Amino acid sequence: MAKNIYEKIWDKHVVFQEEGAPPVIYIDLHLLHEVTSPQAFDGLRQRGIKVRRPDRTFATVDHVISTINQSCPLKDPIAQAMVVAIEANAKEFGIKYFGLDSGKQGIVHIIGPELGLTQPGKTIVIGDSHTSTHGALGALAFGIGTSEVEQVLATQCLFQKKSPTMNINITGKLEKGVTAKDLILYIINQIGAGGGTGHVIEYTGDAIENTNMAGRMTICNMTIEAGARSGIIAPDEVTFEYLKGREYAPKGEDWLEAVAEWKELRSDPDATYDKTIEVDASTITPWVTYGNSLDMSVSVDGQIPTVEGFSDDGDKQKMESAIEYMNLKPGQKVKDIEIQNVFIGSCTNGRIEDIRDAAKVIEGKKVASHVKAKVVPGSQQIKRMAEKEGLDKIFVEAGFEWREAGCSSCLNMNPDNIPAGEYCVSTSNRNFKGRQGKGSRTLLASPITAAASAIEGRVADPRKYI
Amino acid sequence: MEKLVKLISKCIPVRQKNVDTDQIMPARFLISVSKTGYGENLFRDWRYDESGNENPDSLFNKEEYKNREIIVAGDNFGCGSSREHAVWGLVQYGIRVVISSMFADIFKKNSLKNGLLLVQVTPDELQRIFSIIEADPDAEITVDLANQNVVMPDGSEIEFEIDPFRKQTIMEGQDDTAFIMANEDKIVEYESRFNK
Repeated sequence: MAKNIYEKIWDKHVVFQEEGAPPVIYIDLHLLHEVTSPQAFDGLRQRGIKVRRPDRTFATVDHVISTINQSCPLKDPIAQAMVVAIEANAKEFGIKYFGLDSGKQGIVHIIGPELGLTQPGKTIVIGDSHTSTHGALGALAFGIGTSEVEQVLATQCLFQKKSPTMNINITGKLEKGVTAKDLILYIINQIGAGGGTGHVIEYTGDAIENTNMAGRMTICNMTIEAGARSGIIAPDEVTFEYLKGREYAPKGEDWLEAVAEWKELRSDPDATYDKTIEVDASTITPWVTYGNSLDMSVSVDGQIPTVEGFSDDGDKQKMESAIEYMNLKPGQKVKDIEIQNVFIGSCTNGRIEDIRDAAKVIEGKKVASHVKAKVVPGSQQIKRMAEKEGLDKIFVEAGFEWREAGCSSCLNMNPDNIPAGEYCVSTSNRNFKGRQGKGSRTLLASPITAAASAIEGRVADPRKYI
Repeated sequence: MEKLVKLISKCIPVRQKNVDTDQIMPARFLISVSKTGYGENLFRDWRYDESGNENPDSLFNKEEYKNREIIVAGDNFGCGSSREHAVWGLVQYGIRVVISSMFADIFKKNSLKNGLLLVQVTPDELQRIFSIIEADPDAEITVDLANQNVVMPDGSEIEFEIDPFRKQTIMEGQDDTAFIMANEDKIVEYESRFNK
């Protein structure tokens, strides 16, 4: 029977299924960070058990740390306790820890692929919803809660029902100045913030094949924002080229064998899905969110919709509430929103390619005087690479801050929060109320839209800078 | 995990769609290594203003809405971050059941592991429940897990689906991880078969 990529990976990972219970699947790789793991380790201690496969488990620290000076103890004593706890737990349970002094620390979804831990065909879980990122390399990757983190630490397995599947086939060429970020924001706008609920979404089509790994990771990263469990892209030459030579990638003979096996993962030509959606990439423009839900977004040259445009009470309420929180007027042009902050970084857009693209826009220009702008590389390795290329100087000369690796302003769990009442054009993944700081107003966009907006001091169309 | 078989309670209506886990439990309250103390920060930014004053308009602050164990919520409740802290907050606040027309994926799994019952009804049924509890805020409804139905004040019933295994674990307060651990021989066999 013809199988899609999800079904192929799934079938190789079912360990057992008891009558009347959901299947139990095997987890090949489990990554940990400081926020969703301490309570899971406590659970292991209460049970008096060890981590079943410490060799398949890796840890880092990303959410709560400072990006100004990583080496200083954190001002918040509880945040500091979290950093201490992950290191101590890793040591106690024999887990490899990429700490602040390792030179390899970074946002968990950035370092997994970067170190070559993330590989096609693997099942990967992390106590973090944006785990879907890793699907860009052809892995089955999804976020789990803390109880499940404990379950995987204890058993290397997880109770998991098989998911319905969706195929989003994207054809056509993205216009210059339109990026993978715009594409995924547009898709979520079309299918809705709950449009993919519970599904595993496989992205196919020439637009995907022509997208580099960084762009593919951006797309899979934000797949969760449509409610999906995972996003996945079949591995191809782009994937193999990306992985080859990375620290944990197979070497020599093993590499050749692995590639041969990975090539088999591609969905069979007559594979079926529960849902199929076609998208034409050539019509998409730079895209920006204006509200507090991921489907509240428009083209950068568009306007804030009117409440009357919505027929459903829940949608109307959502719109009214967002207009008030975001301090916008229906009918207002998005480009008329004056901004105070720009954030380039996060697991969505903190990769070297994102930083290079933004640097091209910003080179020789200045950040508007009323804007505070920063670039936060996704990992220590990316930071070093960018500095070697001289990108840090381009940003600093333009008036950006150049920071150290971490989750930073993506979420209000560290010192990098956005002040109440201020707008931030952000390359991160969520525009929820208070996400970047209590009362902060998030406008999600691509790295080049963010860079263009930093220059103009208001939401700006990046196409004229390309 | 506390068992749940049948519950009778007045409800707290939350009509908004896409209520995300950042609303349920703002990220700044995740700075903790403990599993307790989340109840008081549930919907924190709905309940308090910037200076920490109670928002009198929030239903969660109204005396008559305290000690209610059911939330009736708009579509796609619990979307966003995977933080289980949102579920811990709901449970520690005293919520045992959430009724909606759709729940976010990870939130659903986290709820099951903490004995928080999510009752999924159709959009029409949800609107009916909203209109009943908004017309009479003191209406009591019964959530009967054993019979898989919600009984409205007029005696009418709305049936709901639940996975039989999940029904059993919630009714018995049973732990998933212990269940898998009891099957260790199968994991060992799998690991050797697939050379893991």
